[in-house]
Amino acid sequence: MNPTEIIEQFRIAVRDPFGTARTIREGQNRPVVGYTCTYFPEEIVLAAGAHPFRLFGKSTVMLKTDAHIQAYGCSLARAVFEDALSGELDFLDVMAFPHSCDTMQRLSDIWRLNIKNTVHLDLLFPVHLKSEAAQDYMEAVLERFRKGMEQVFQVDISKDAMQNAISLMNRIRASLTALYKLRAAHSASISGSDLSHVVQGAMILDRLEVADKLEALVSALKGTHTPTRTAPAKRVLLSGSVCLHPDIHTIIEEQGGAVAWDDLCTGSRYFDVQVPEDLPPIPAIAKRFLNRAICPAKHGGTTRRGGDLLKLISTHRIDGVIFLFLKFCDPHGFDYPDLKTALETAGIPTLFLEVETGKPVDGPTRTRVETFLQILNQREAAL
Amino acid sequence: MKKHKTSGKPAYYMESVPKMKKIMRNYYLKAKYARYLGKKVAWITSGGPVEPLIAMGIIPVYPENHGAMIGVSHTGVELCEVAEGMGYSGDLCSYARADIGASETGGGPIGGLPKPDMLICCNNICGTVLKWYEIQARKFQVPLFILDTPFVHTEFTKEAKTYVDRQVKDYIRFLETAMKKKFPYDKMNVVGKRSVEAMRLWQQVLNTATAKPAPFTAFDAFFHLALIVTLRGTKTVLRYYRFLLDELNQRVEKGIGMVENEQYRFLWDNLPIWHRMRWLSRAFAARNAALVADTYTSAWCGTVDNIDENDFLGSMGEAYTRIYLNIGVDQMAEKVLNMIDKYDVDGLVMHSNRSCKPYSFGQYDIQRIVQRERGLPVLILESDMVDARKFSEGQVETRIDAFMEMVGQK
Ligand code: SF4
Ligand code: SF4
Repeated sequence: MNPTEIIEQFRIAVRDPFGTARTIREGQNRPVVGYTCTYFPEEIVLAAGAHPFRLFGKSTVMLKTDAHIQAYGCSLARAVFEDALSGELDFLDVMAFPHSCDTMQRLSDIWRLNIKNTVHLDLLFPVHLKSEAAQDYMEAVLERFRKGMEQVFQVDISKDAMQNAISLMNRIRASLTALYKLRAAHSASISGSDLSHVVQGAMILDRLEVADKLEALVSALKGTHTPTRTAPAKRVLLSGSVCLHPDIHTIIEEQGGAVAWDDLCTGSRYFDVQVPEDLPPIPAIAKRFLNRAICPAKHGGTTRRGGDLLKLISTHRIDGVIFLFLKFCDPHGFDYPDLKTALETAGIPTLFLEVETGKPVDGPTRTRVETFLQILNQREAAL
Repeated sequence: MKKHKTSGKPAYYMESVPKMKKIMRNYYLKAKYARYLGKKVAWITSGGPVEPLIAMGIIPVYPENHGAMIGVSHTGVELCEVAEGMGYSGDLCSYARADIGASETGGGPIGGLPKPDMLICCNNICGTVLKWYEIQARKFQVPLFILDTPFVHTEFTKEAKTYVDRQVKDYIRFLETAMKKKFPYDKMNVVGKRSVEAMRLWQQVLNTATAKPAPFTAFDAFFHLALIVTLRGTKTVLRYYRFLLDELNQRVEKGIGMVENEQYRFLWDNLPIWHRMRWLSRAFAARNAALVADTYTSAWCGTVDNIDENDFLGSMGEAYTRIYLNIGVDQMAEKVLNMIDKYDVDGLVMHSNRSCKPYSFGQYDIQRIVQRERGLPVLILESDMVDARKFSEGQVETRIDAFMEMVGQK
């Protein structure tokens, strides 16, 4: 299969996630476990013989959610719930809510009270990831979830099954990292929009298929060097929560820039850091969660996110950062001003964009991105 | 307002009020001059465990209480705008925005809070405080202690108990390091007992509003609340609430109500709209309606049963985890139903508070549960506790009228 064909399969999954999940459920006779956040142990679901399925919120018109969540809830939470209320998610056997922000926490309650045909599970992960007590507690929460999966699906999850699932997810994470690196080196002909679809699709499609396809994609792309551009593109980092707006990439690319890296939870935060394969499975998964790139809804020290961001900037030689947030998102909203100051002190220009899922990038936003890229380009000329 | 007089004073007059104001004035004065008194100041979240601080002789200061004062003094908008100018979105909690604004400019009714020597954050009320305290820890370059209390959607798991109990020990160690002295466990016992007694007294205070007419309303409770939040564990609080309780009991005996011709009784949900307290209390009183109780002020005594007063430190982890805002929507609805029965109310008024997502999301479902289980009318007012830009008198007035009509038809 050539790269274009592989990428197209990921694109199809993103366009029709529910159809994709139904096919897996019916075709492979595997139960589906929905989840909402990258702090989710997909390995345990896989080891239980089920399919982990990330929800991104497909609905664009809120007909039923308005009766449950106020309009000042973020569009992700509202869209995901609209999907549920309108029956689009009736293929889910289990709905799992890893603890993240206040909005998701309440969505879990509201979901439990209103959606009756799925098994409901909460994963009450620690918020403070740096305390000594957090490691043990994280493991206990994972262990409870493992038992929960056993109970719901009436299976015994063997250690081998866990180890296999960990290897499988590590393969996916390794390939996604490789793709990002190829992309960052500008040596692969994969557009930012394509890559964004690939990461999202990886959270939707059957994971074994994903692992195989990604490996094929990496080796196919490794051979294809794009002709060297005359002027090296401006390297942008996208920072924020979920990005369901692949057209942002296109706008950036149209201006001669490229997204060289991101810290999105529909991006690098999904595959950052491997699960160590030489540890017992549960402590190993816990370890990854404690060490991977942190989400602003968690605490890993007061300067952790700023430090991580600056590290990414220097590793990937970033010229400018675009913050991409969902309106009404508290965790990101609180981090933004200090991050912006830290970056500007380091001489990195930033742009702030507020978007809503299900709404296309509007004219003014497009203009702002274009202007930002023009400024980055001029900066080069002035230096 | 009131014609109903006792000993020359109008019926709404309560001797406790000036007393309370004096205590608060002294408290803030002491906090502001802490440095000169050789005292350390800790900023702490309103749901946070203050007792170990009191035992340690540290002065606790509450940015949320400060936020409330900012709201009452109508300086909220300008301080929020300062924060917004710094890049904080106008959709973030207005307590946080106002506090960030005030610590930048020294604005607000008391010229800003005294600088903290340490920050104590307990996320049992929201994830907002975690982010807010991270910001202040960076700004003031002081140590931050976080008590991470897992959410109790349906159950308080045994691993969550182990987790919070371990953190209580970490908390004590944190304080010992910050103060460079041993933690006084014997003093802690005394403080713990006082705290439990204060919570019981506060519950009794709130209970007096079961009387008809109610001797005071939720608007008064919002005012008298400050002490149970800020000085829990001290003698001052006990003395004051005993006095307040006496006064309220006397009012009950004499049949003095806070609202003249109390005809309707309502339950309030969510934080107060601090910048419209007087306006709202008048709006309801003018319609012969008393807001006799609320879900907010009772949060500070709601888990008293989970505390073992003879082992405060050993039981406080659980008690602080199971507070009102840290439990599932169905458990909250259960509590609302209990309060509806207890205070015998005719309707529920819910403040859909744009600032406070953990308090507000789920209200619509609670509304449906209340309508289904008790058949009571529910009024939802969308506003914000501090940010007055999110309030429209005309709109609220119309909605109150429509609500009163429904109540009248019952
Ligand atoms: S976008 Fe923000 S508010 Fe919405 S679910 Fe994610 S973290 Fe929560
Ligand atoms: S008002 Fe709500 S969001 Fe703001 S600090 Fe209080 S509990 Fe947290």
